[in-house]
Amino acid sequence: MSELLSLVIAKYNYWLYVILMMIGLYGMIAKNNLIKKVVGMNIFQTAIILFYVSIGYKTNASIPIITTADTAHGAVVRAADYINPLTSCLMLTAIVVSVATFGYAMALAVRIYQRYQTLEEDELRMRLSKE
Amino acid sequence: MHWPIDIIVLTFVIFCAIAALSVKDLLATAILFGAYSFLMCLLWTIMGAVDVAFTEASVGAGVSTVFFVAAIFRTSRRAKD
Repeated sequence: MSELLSLVIAKYNYWLYVILMMIGLYGMIAKNNLIKKVVGMNIFQTAIILFYVSIGYKTNASIPIITTADTAHGAVVRAADYINPLTSCLMLTAIVVSVATFGYAMALAVRIYQRYQTLEEDELRMRLSKE
Repeated sequence: MHWPIDIIVLTFVIFCAIAALSVKDLLATAILFGAYSFLMCLLWTIMGAVDVAFTEASVGAGVSTVFFVAAIFRTSRRAKD
């Protein structure tokens, strides 16, 4: 039991990311307003991005910028001194994609409101079944 | 007891996420979502991913909030849940 507890505490950031992800999932599924659903989707995306960025993090490491200029002549660059930049470079793309998705969803929400005068999902369903 | 700074910021992030999903005013959702993005940017600076952090600060906290407020301006501000 205490072994399990120490495992949970040692990886507390992953558990918090999972909680954040579940908040996003709840927003996507249970909320009635379409804009709230989009906000839930964005929270889900940022939770996944957080997870990926935290994989590349190392304790007692610097940001990945090499300061010594002449590394070819003797000075050694150790990989353990620098944070892994691969995951953050990948997630840079994901952030841009998430903003594009957000803008597109907002444009769709504006069009839906212009046509049906509502953004609530149940009212939209009622309106659509009448047509 | 020594508290690591990332757990404090993560707690604020989770509070902001819950608040942004549970308020009934969509403009308040927009502002809380901007605060959420800014705290996320802070978290990435703590993790040493500075490129992700300034992209999030410009794109997540800036452009998303502008899109959000513009969309609310053209639609309704009230939400039922």
